[in-house]
Amino acid sequence: MSAAIAQRPEREPGYNFAYLDEGTKRMIRRAILKAIAVPGYQVPFASREMPMPYGWGTGGVQVTAAILGRSDVLKVIDQGADDTTNAVSIRRFFARTSGVATTTRTAEATIIQTRHRIPETPLSEGQVLVYQVPIPEPLRFLEPRETETRQLHALAEYGAMHVKLYEDISRHGHIATTYAYPVEVAGRYVMDPSPTPKFDNPKMDDCPALQLFGAGRERRIYAVPPYTRVRSLDFEDHPFRVQEFTQPCALCGASGHYLDEVVTDDSGGRMFICSDTDICETRVAEAAR
Amino acid sequence: MYVAVKGGEAAIDNAHRLLAEARRGDPAIPELSVAQIRAQMALLVDRVMTEGSLYDPDLAALALKQARGDVVEAVFLVRAYRTTLPRFGASVPVETGAMTVERRISATFKDLPGGQVLGPTFDYTHRLIDFALAAESECEPAAEAEPRADAGTCPRVTDLLAQDGLIEPSPADDGAPVGDLTREPVDYPADRALRLQALARGDEGFILSLAYSTQRGYGRTHPFVGEIRVGAVDVAFVPEELGFAVPLGRVRLTECQMVNQFKGSGAAPPQFTRGYGLSFGQSERKAMAMALVDRALRAEELGEPVASPAQDQEFVLAHCDSLQATGFVEHLKLPHYVDFQAELELVRRLRAAFEETSDAAGMQEAAE
Repeated sequence: MSAAIAQRPEREPGYNFAYLDEGTKRMIRRAILKAIAVPGYQVPFASREMPMPYGWGTGGVQVTAAILGRSDVLKVIDQGADDTTNAVSIRRFFARTSGVATTTRTAEATIIQTRHRIPETPLSEGQVLVYQVPIPEPLRFLEPRETETRQLHALAEYGAMHVKLYEDISRHGHIATTYAYPVEVAGRYVMDPSPTPKFDNPKMDDCPALQLFGAGRERRIYAVPPYTRVRSLDFEDHPFRVQEFTQPCALCGASGHYLDEVVTDDSGGRMFICSDTDICETRVAEAAR
Repeated sequence: MYVAVKGGEAAIDNAHRLLAEARRGDPAIPELSVAQIRAQMALLVDRVMTEGSLYDPDLAALALKQARGDVVEAVFLVRAYRTTLPRFGASVPVETGAMTVERRISATFKDLPGGQVLGPTFDYTHRLIDFALAAESECEPAAEAEPRADAGTCPRVTDLLAQDGLIEPSPADDGAPVGDLTREPVDYPADRALRLQALARGDEGFILSLAYSTQRGYGRTHPFVGEIRVGAVDVAFVPEELGFAVPLGRVRLTECQMVNQFKGSGAAPPQFTRGYGLSFGQSERKAMAMALVDRALRAEELGEPVASPAQDQEFVLAHCDSLQATGFVEHLKLPHYVDFQAELELVRRLRAAFEETSDAAGMQEAAE
């Protein structure tokens, strides 16, 4: 094991391994299996009240808790970074309640819980990417009623979504959805990729890792099995395009990564740095060697 | 040279220490005890128990202390603790007709068996700040009344009305397992029992405003307070291995039975209908609001048009939980750098396109 993997921490006594009781984990695992069997379909599950607030990753936390084993190595990121407050808090939660090893290295992790990003380092077979999802229903802002949207999915009636994208084109000349950009999974269900920037959508397609999505407040779990076709919705004459950055990362010099804009002074100074802190730090360290 | 913001871990630890200090406040002032909160902030404790879905006054009082008096935060603490408790079954339905009544009032009958019992209430007080309370006070013991001849019999008003068939019968227990939305995801349409569970756990402010909206015409229900009663009832449980009910203890409840007008339909004669509210401890506002919203949510069942928010169960059930609401609203505090970056890029692009077209339009005008 490499040095980047933190020492296995002491597990807090008094709670079951990874906090949830085994009955709850079994219930969640059943939902996960169903989700994997029907890619992109939102499986209702009996989400529990967790010791962190709804909207802060309770769905992802429950999925991670249900699949975590003693030999797993866990990485948690928020906005691509390992050191954002909520990522720190969730990583600590699992270190405390499960005692599993944690890491910041994408390649070393067996489970990566994420909010809003997919790591730049390509994922590999055997890894699981767990997404925290606020609103799992891609049709929610077109149709607020659950009873209606479930029917639309059952009938694969996605016309309204295409009309919405078309309206963007007729107004702006291009599709003006920049994150949570809808995808079609395995040629059947339209799915919300969680609020990741559309920059990350192509990484979901044919990915060797298993992708699991947990929405705690909305009580839904869905999945993209490894090597599944994930297509971002578009039109023949308006093909899907991702954001492009005109400059490389100011720290590691990488181009082709998603960048965060950092305000450096109060007179319009800006710099762009990798949102994925792991790959950025690795590249900076390699360059220094 | 820019240095990436690091040290999230140390900052979080320090923030937690600062929170502990802020919670305690000025150390020269004596610390509040859990017993004091339980005894003197009793209505707050009742609210935390009701919305926390857990009857444990000491735990609710401790949660309030830890939460610095923030009700939603205290409810959160109680709920997160509740999740970890084993669930070994459902109790026998409590018999509120056999309640040891501390307060019982009816707005529909001037007098009735068991009488009107005012009990401890703010209802007829003048809301004048009692400056004497600022100093520590001894209070006079309350007077004790002679027990009424019919004390001990306190039938529910709705049962009296039901004898004459003036109110719809209460549906009989069908023996079906009791639903629990904390253990199963809600499937719409939800049955009345699940709706009542959601309303009982729901935020008092939200349920109150919804109830108020029905009174102002958004789903009118023509309500009368048949009865409000507050007091302790026995809770019993039938262990499988014994096969008979064993008392577990007593809980204090507030029950509200609303009596609502109903003109009748093709199938049912004109009669009064019911709205039901139940809360832990003394939480009359909550029980009344819950009863009004319960009745409003029965619109579809009673063949009334569903046109107002309080009648729409997806709207009410999906939004009444204070933890879900506060979690999602407050999560906006979390970093959204990457999404905001995506939007920044889009807005810049749209602005550039806008300027280009307006420049082109300006040139054209100049040429003409």
